[in-house]
Parts: sequence; structure tokens; C-alpha cells
Amino acid sequence: MTDAAVHAVNADLRAQTRLSGRQICKSFGSAQVLFDVSIDLKAGEVHALLGENGAGKSTLVKILSGYHQPTSGALLLDDAPVEFHDSEVAESHGVILIHQELNLAEQLTVEENIFLGREIKRGWFLDKTTMRLEAKKLLDQLQCDVDPRTRIRDLSVSDRQMVEIAKALSKKAEILILDEPTAVLTGREVDILFDQIKRLRDQGVAILYISHKLDEIKAIADRVTVLRDGRHITTEPVAGLEKDDMARLMVGRDIKQMFPDRAPGHAGDIALSVRNLSVDGQVRDASFDLRRGEVLGFAGIVGAGRTALMEAIIGLRERSAGTIERNGAPVTIKDLQDAKNCGIAYLTKDRKGSGLLLNMDMRPNLTLLALEKFGRVIIDRKAEEAALEAAIEAFDIRAADRKSKVGDFSGGNQQKLLLAKVMETDPEIVIIDEPTRGIDIGTKSQIYHFIGDLTNRGKSVILLSSEMPEMLGLSDRIAVMAAGRITGILEGNDRNEHEIMRHATGISGKQGVSVHE
Amino acid sequence: MNSLERTEASSSSRFQIDFKALGPFLALVALFVLGAAINDAFLSGGNLANIFTRAAFIGIIAVGATFVITAGGIDLSVGSMAAFISGAMIVVMNTLVATLGAGIETVLIGVLLSVVLGVAAGAVNGLVSTKGKIEAFIVTLGTMGIYRSLVTYMADGGTLSLDFEMRGVYRPVYYGDVLGIPVPVIVFFAVAVAGYVLLNMTPFGRKCFAIGSNEQVARYSAIHVDRVKTLTYVIQGLCVSLATIIYVPRLGSASSSTGVLWELEAIAAVIIGGTMLKGGYGRIWGTVVGAIMLTTIGNILNLTDAISNYLNGAVQGLIIIVAVFLQRGDWRRKKSK
Repeated sequence: MTDAAVHAVNADLRAQTRLSGRQICKSFGSAQVLFDVSIDLKAGEVHALLGENGAGKSTLVKILSGYHQPTSGALLLDDAPVEFHDSEVAESHGVILIHQELNLAEQLTVEENIFLGREIKRGWFLDKTTMRLEAKKLLDQLQCDVDPRTRIRDLSVSDRQMVEIAKALSKKAEILILDEPTAVLTGREVDILFDQIKRLRDQGVAILYISHKLDEIKAIADRVTVLRDGRHITTEPVAGLEKDDMARLMVGRDIKQMFPDRAPGHAGDIALSVRNLSVDGQVRDASFDLRRGEVLGFAGIVGAGRTALMEAIIGLRERSAGTIERNGAPVTIKDLQDAKNCGIAYLTKDRKGSGLLLNMDMRPNLTLLALEKFGRVIIDRKAEEAALEAAIEAFDIRAADRKSKVGDFSGGNQQKLLLAKVMETDPEIVIIDEPTRGIDIGTKSQIYHFIGDLTNRGKSVILLSSEMPEMLGLSDRIAVMAAGRITGILEGNDRNEHEIMRHATGISGKQGVSVHE
Repeated sequence: MNSLERTEASSSSRFQIDFKALGPFLALVALFVLGAAINDAFLSGGNLANIFTRAAFIGIIAVGATFVITAGGIDLSVGSMAAFISGAMIVVMNTLVATLGAGIETVLIGVLLSVVLGVAAGAVNGLVSTKGKIEAFIVTLGTMGIYRSLVTYMADGGTLSLDFEMRGVYRPVYYGDVLGIPVPVIVFFAVAVAGYVLLNMTPFGRKCFAIGSNEQVARYSAIHVDRVKTLTYVIQGLCVSLATIIYVPRLGSASSSTGVLWELEAIAAVIIGGTMLKGGYGRIWGTVVGAIMLTTIGNILNLTDAISNYLNGAVQGLIIIVAVFLQRGDWRRKKSK
């Protein structure tokens, strides 16, 4: 059936198949993760690969790009059998994978990274001038105004992504595989990336695009292959599919309700009140109230100061001015410990860098923030185990083995564990920064419902998100920030994409101030 | 994404952790078998007591180093610190003999001084590196030079000797025994037990692991990172002070060459024991075994003519490298990578 679909599509498109996987199986030890998966990547086509966490997407693309060897099945390059013993062989054939976790040397500059291992030389010496010019040209193509001499560690995540793409371009990619490239990009950057993908496609590059975001797949992909539990479900032209269809194919069931119900007018007294808070160079004069039982969204483009504002509230960043009140009484929050004592908890957006100890198992991760609850002198391991048991149950954390390191978990399970960790402190106010970054749609919906449960129990949530549907679907009110200022707090019917964008770009609301990030 | 693949990978790493946990013990047993085969005298009570007593110095210091390294730091100053503290103890005790006489009181004051200096020196290392935001390697490289030259200055370039009468009073701390077990071994054991409890069973120990794994995560978990890190250096200083209290009656002197290279021996003991040099994982019992191994190697070389005793350092070096290589665990799977 699926083969028939593939052939039907083949007939439609004149494009020539560049790279194919045929009946690919892959097992790791006794666990089989791919079952007879076939896929064709064609010149001049954007092919989307869709599937939940654990569906086998990453394994498949690693096989296509030489990072893994298939257990059985074959790769064909221009209809001739080919073996990629490692990624270098694949790259020499023009097959380039851009990893989800970026692979850049942080201490090196942009130009050094772009030409890493393929440095342009004049005689025995590096030809730095040529490399700089080339790097500049590549970045200009991407409309990325980063100086090639900047060190990677000084770049934002989105700029790093652009550098990775520039690096792939410099390798003359003929078959480009992008593993969730937009997970860390803002709307404008996504547009630029899409322009680049279209440009490459028109030049005849075959592109495989992996994403959870159905909007993006609708916008950019020509065909989509859906994987579920390691099996090929379908390959179809995107034009004939609605987002709901794709979600259903991916999850294997209908997601009845993505967002929890919001009962109107359920918000109670003011739980948190922030007045005239400033952070040097990042936040200017921010004031807002948060009510019991409500979700207050914070929207804005990257760099608008949302994270800085939140980190200032919880004492992770120095405030230059401003006061904070809890339940009407002023409080002093100098560090995270104070914030915790005030019943405020913060879920970082960087779950790998700031959220979880990836080299440890679940138990120490779960209890780290609320350690004193488990004994001031000696840690009560039994209590920890019981808390873990309860958290696994409450947050539906699916780990094959409790002793495995959390770094080996899927993003969804990591996020659930992070949520469980923060909830161990039993906070009244939960600040959640990008709750569903890089998480599949089924887990996303679960997390949305966890947030709904929190507010139903009278807790308050501050939600920072760059995903508009989740901002609109979860928030009772939406505060919009631009250039360090809160430019407006939208309620009722004003909570729409149009108003948010107007405020985020400074067209409406209070004028933002220019700040140095 | 590929959770199945990763589960598989981690199940094999669990096997390696078991291997890692047992490795140092197995190596120590092998060394003892080798020692017994080479010379009958090796397993005699006197020789074993000698090995453990000598291992106590480095072992006590290495227990402290386990905390520092687990929390992601390093302390290069411990050897110099030990020399400085012994010098200061000798000077003060010799001075006190005139007023207090050569009695227990004088020894107690010397011991108290040692503890105060150890804690202070550790606090200096910790505070300068955390508050000054300077890498611990650099800070302790600096204090290593400072403490070393302080003892040279106190000894005026020569040797500080403990008052003869004092030696008699102080002597049992090193040469004495309780129920046949030498005092230094008892202290070593007590320090190891206390270290084990502190590192593995208390919130403080958990915080050390967290900071060594990822400081940023620790900070976002409401841990006072600077405070905990400073405390690890204070614990290190306290351990150096305890080791010095035992060391002074052994030789009864201190000079600029006292404690030279102890820092490297302590770090070696920690690493052989399976603690990760980059932090995040530490094992007190491994450290204890590592310290005993290092002493045993020297002892075996003394008992045999097959390898010159002058090659002691070479054999130790080889063992360190092999130990770390075996512990890395991925050497068997390298091909599949």
C-alpha cells in the first residue's frame, strides 16, 4: 500500500531520486528501532519526516548520513548501491546532516567553525583572509549579520543554528538533512531559514526536514513521510494533508483535546505583584500582577527581555530597581532559595544546560531543588524513592530503566522530569519558560494538561513561549514585551496573534527603549 | 528520539559501573597476591601495618581531595600546605615549651593551631577561586608557591626541628596503637568513614555531585554553589591538617622539601579510585584503595630486586594511566563508534 503511494507520487514528480533507503532495519542489541523503512529523497524537493519522540526519525537520518549502519536494508545513491561507513564518507557524497544538538566548537570563531577540518590553506599556512571572506559571503546569503570573527560562545542559539547551516552550505550539500532546525529559532529567523531551504531546493538540493511542527511542514515540505514506533506509516504529498491528518498519522489516534478547558473568570486574588522592575540593559520598568489560578503568558521576540525579567524575579539576575509583592506583602528575593521560600518556582527553557544533571539518574535530579525536604542531615533514600515513584506516576514519565541516565531520555520525558523536579518544592507560582521545546505533539498535550491542573488547584502560572498556539491556547492574559518593556497586557478578545505581533514589534503599546543585549 | 538505542547503550554502561566499582579493589588484591608471591615478609603483620600507616598520610589528604574533585575543583596546594602547617606547629610548640613545658597542653595547642591553619588555608583557596572567579588550578598553583616559600622562610632555608622533649610526648600519635592497630590507621579509617557519610548520604555531598556535574544546573536548583565549593576546600584543608598532626611526630621536623609532590599522589589516589577528574562523580572507598595501592607499589619494590626502587615513580605512573584507561569503559566498544 505504501509502495503504491510512493510510486503514485513518483509519477507525479519529474524529480530525480538522489538518495534512497530500502527496507532499512536497525536494531541496537535486542531492541529493534526501525522496521523495513523505505524513503526516497529527490532533487529539488523538501521531504518532511514526521513522528513522535522515539518513532525512529533520528535513527533513520543517522543511517542516511553515515552515523549509523543499518542492520539490514540498503542505501542507494542515484540508484546505485552505496555504503556510508561513517559520516565523512556520506559528506564526501554531499549528504550532510545538521544535528538537533548543534556541533560547534564554542571557543572557536564562526569562520574557524565553518571551515573546521577543511581549512583553506596557502602553502603550509592558513589562508585566513579567504576563509573570512567566504564565511562572510555564506552568512550574508543567510541574512545573518554575525561577524565571522565572533566566538561561538558569544552567539545566541539561533545565530549558532545559522552558523551550522552556513557550514553545511560551505560543504556543497547536495542532500541536506535538517534535524529539527527551528527548535531554537524565532519567527523571523524561521522565515529566513525557509527562504534558504527554498533557494537550495530550487538549486536542486534534496532536503530532508525533520520537525514536530505541523505548521512548518505545511509551509515548507512537498512530501511527508510519517514514522510511528519505527515503522513507515505513509509517504504522501503534503498538499493533500491537513494538520489534523498529520497529527493523527503520527500519534496513531485522535488527539481529542490539545489544550485544557479554561473556565472563564476563575482567577482569584493577586498572588504576585511586580512593580517597576528593571535589569540593567535588559528590562526597563516592568510591572504586572499575577492572579491565583491564572495563566499569564509572556510573548515577545527573542531578546525582548522575557527570560531576563523572570530570572530577575527569582533572584538569578541582579535587579537595578523594582519591588515584588506576594499576596500583598513585600518580599525580598535575593537568590533562588528566597524565591523557593516565597513559593515561586522556575522551569528553565534550557533543560539540558540548566535543568537536569544529564549524567545522573532520575532520583537525584528529582530531589535536587527540594533536597532539604528529604533530610537536613542525612538524605532519606526511601523518601526519595517514594517521591520518584509518585512523580513517575503523576507526570507519566516513561523510562525503560530507572537507573539509566536522564541524558539518555527523550526530550519529552526530560521535560516531564524537570516539571516534577520543580513541583517537588510545592510552589504556588510556577514560571515556565518554553515548556514544549523539541517535544512531540502527544507529550505536548500532556504538559498542557498538567499546566491546566495546576491552575485548577489554585496555583498561578507564568508562561513564556515562542509558540503562538500554545500561548493562545493556555493563557488567560498575555503580556507582550518588546525591547525590555512590557508593551501591553492583552485580555479577552485582544488575545490574538495580530495584537501580539503589533505589541511585540512595538507598533502598539508603550514605546520600547533601545537596550543592549 | 532514539530512546531504545539509548536504553541499550545505558544498560551496557551499568555493567561498566559495576566493573568500575570493583576495579580498584581487584587491582589491590592482585597487588597483594603479587607482593606475597615475591616475598614472604610482605604479608607479615609488621609490613602490613607499615603499608597502612604510610598510606594514612596520602589517604587522609586524598579523602579531602575527593570532595574538591567531585565538586569540579582541584587543589594543588596540599603538599605545600602540609609543609607550612608542620613548620608553624613546630615553631609554636618549641616556643611554648619555655612557658607551658613539654606537656600534653603544648601538643593540644599545636593540634589546634594545625586545624585553624588548615581550615584557613582551605578557605583562602575556596574563597579566592569562587569569589574571585579564578580557576582553582591557578589559585592553588599560586598558594602552592606561597605556602611552600612560607615554610622555607620560617626555617630560614634550613630545617625546623621539634624540641627533643616534645618528641617524646608527641610520639604516640604516630607510633602508638590501639588494640594493635596503629593510631594513623585508626584516624585514616575514621576520616574515610566520615568522608563516606558526608559525600554519599548528606545533602552537602549530593550538592558536590551536582556542582561537579553541571554548575549551571546546580545554580538553577537553588544550591549556593560558591558556598559549597568553598566548603570542599575547607574540608581539604582540614584533612591536610589531620595528616600533618600525624606526620609531625614521625619525622619531628619540617623543611622546604616536606610534602613535595603530595598533591600529585593525593590526586592520583583519587583518580585510581574511580573519581572523575572533571567532577560529578566521586568515591571515597575508591580513594582509600587508591592510596593503599600507591603505598603498596613502593613497598613491593622495596621487597624485590627485580625492579629498582628508583623506578617507583614510573610504576606508579603506569598504574595510574592503566587504571584510568580501564575505568573509561568505552575501550571495548570503540570499534562500533
